[in-house]
Amino acid sequence: MGSITLENVRKSFGSHDIIHGASLEIENGSFVVFVGPSGCGKTTLLRLIAGLEDVSSGQIRIDGADVTDVPPAKRGLSMVFQSYALYPHMSVRGNIAFGLKMAGTPKTEIDRKVESAASILNLTAYLDRKPRELSGGQRQRVAIGRAIVREPKAFLFDEPLSNLDAALRVQMRQEVTRLQKQLATTAIYVTHDQVEAMTMADRIVVLNAGRIEQYGSPLELYERPANLFVAGFIGSPKMNLIGRAVAGEFGAATIGVRPEHIAVAREGEGWEGTVGVAEHLGSDTFIYVDVPQVGTLTARCVGELGIQVGERVRLRPDQRRIHRFDTEGRTLAA
Amino acid sequence: MARKVTGAKLAVSTAGAWLVGFIIFFPILWMMLTSFKTELDAFATPPQFLFFHWTTENYGVVQERSDYMLHAWNSIVTAGGSTLIAMLIAIPAAWAMAFAPTKRTKDILLWMLSTKMMPAVGVLVPIYLIYRDFGLLDTRFGLVVVLCLGNLPIVIWMLFTYFKEIPKDILEAARMDGATITKELIFVLTPMALPGIASTLLLNVILAWNEAFWTLNLSSSAAAPLTTFIASYSSPEGLFWAKLSAASTLAIAPILILGWFSQKQLVRGLTFGAVK
Repeated sequence: MGSITLENVRKSFGSHDIIHGASLEIENGSFVVFVGPSGCGKTTLLRLIAGLEDVSSGQIRIDGADVTDVPPAKRGLSMVFQSYALYPHMSVRGNIAFGLKMAGTPKTEIDRKVESAASILNLTAYLDRKPRELSGGQRQRVAIGRAIVREPKAFLFDEPLSNLDAALRVQMRQEVTRLQKQLATTAIYVTHDQVEAMTMADRIVVLNAGRIEQYGSPLELYERPANLFVAGFIGSPKMNLIGRAVAGEFGAATIGVRPEHIAVAREGEGWEGTVGVAEHLGSDTFIYVDVPQVGTLTARCVGELGIQVGERVRLRPDQRRIHRFDTEGRTLAA
Repeated sequence: MARKVTGAKLAVSTAGAWLVGFIIFFPILWMMLTSFKTELDAFATPPQFLFFHWTTENYGVVQERSDYMLHAWNSIVTAGGSTLIAMLIAIPAAWAMAFAPTKRTKDILLWMLSTKMMPAVGVLVPIYLIYRDFGLLDTRFGLVVVLCLGNLPIVIWMLFTYFKEIPKDILEAARMDGATITKELIFVLTPMALPGIASTLLLNVILAWNEAFWTLNLSSSAAAPLTTFIASYSSPEGLFWAKLSAASTLAIAPILILGWFSQKQLVRGLTFGAVK
């Protein structure tokens, strides 16, 4: 079991508020990602749940029990740190076994559990090595091994993949997701990478300046962003946000169109503009078009269109997929 | 760009280094040489460097006149005991200041250091009176207490600097792994900080071993460590250079040998944190 509830959790350092009253319901077994720009408070929120920081006010419950004043050691959670934070003076075996030893688990059971965790993570051959003799990816696995071996109520991941190279990151991303589904243990995962958030999460919490902007499934966030911030943050390349007179035509202060929802043609209807930059990825082409009165718009075309820089093109947004926002940045009902 | 070191330059700087080393070591060498001279040779002008009548007679006299083993044992007990107690207090103290600082932590550290700026003689009278009234004069326990208190600020400062270098994440990981604070200190912090703890220990033993002000003032015979033992050769019967040198050589021998074998650890300790 591992359901986690936050009720109006606040955190301030001195007079400076870091988290302004976060309320959240995390279901048992779900994979929840906290995402947001740096400094938005996502790591602080995770550390509050871990108990490594004290909440200023509000309540945290795990499986219904109030743990707000329970020390981290007694919350039954395990954490994977960004720096891995392995114990440098212990072997891989010692690192993985440490939590079990602290819990006073009998030796034979520790051995059995460590061996099984090591085999899940392909670490069996390295059990007697020290962390400094391992590669980054292997250290990462040890950190995960240390977390899973204790069979915690929930895993807390603090940007665990940010120190790996791009290829390894994609591979570990899939492994972590698979492992979490296999163990059916609640996981909270902090990242600033929205691709990680979209691919791994059952549900995403978008944070900005210490506030929860939206909590929902990846596709909900993509299709129905609650406000301008979420609209701009989720999706790559970013959603085109258009203000001024053009938005007025749609009865909004700002409108947003995703690059993939703009049709590009050499002639016909739509906004006319000049191609400033074209990025050819093979499978897709991103073109950046300067449109007078509207601004620079990004459009995504599937495949290779053979459009050159300096060409004049027509951009036609998909009318059904235009997002409208009011002056406060909130999404207007369709 | 690395500078090219020519053979001649290397030879000059090596010779220079040896010269500086020799100058620093000279007083100790001179003391050792004097301890093997007769009292007459010890006074000779011009001084005799190597060609004098070598004798071990002084050592015999010193051993006869006073009990070297007793004083050596007192030194070991007071230096070792005060260091151990200081470490037991300083490790948790430095841990708290390094990993759970409050806004007053800096002030406390500075305040502790400031106690070392005050001349010790300033508190001699009150401490002497307290020791007299509690019957601590000339007791090993009394010396252990005063040496421990005297060195505690330095020990805490040194450990604090070492602990600061340890990533906080690792201790937090231990906490997440279910370690209590005591277990975190014993199984994670102490083994990781072992090099730093070892050099602090060593430096403190040396400081306590060499401490003369308090040991001379608070002990006379039964608890007297080697410092008092040396001093006893300088006053009562006038100055006997050769015997004083023999006594001094005996007094510094243990710590010199300890320092020799642990110099690598000691140098690391003194320069720790200077270069990341």
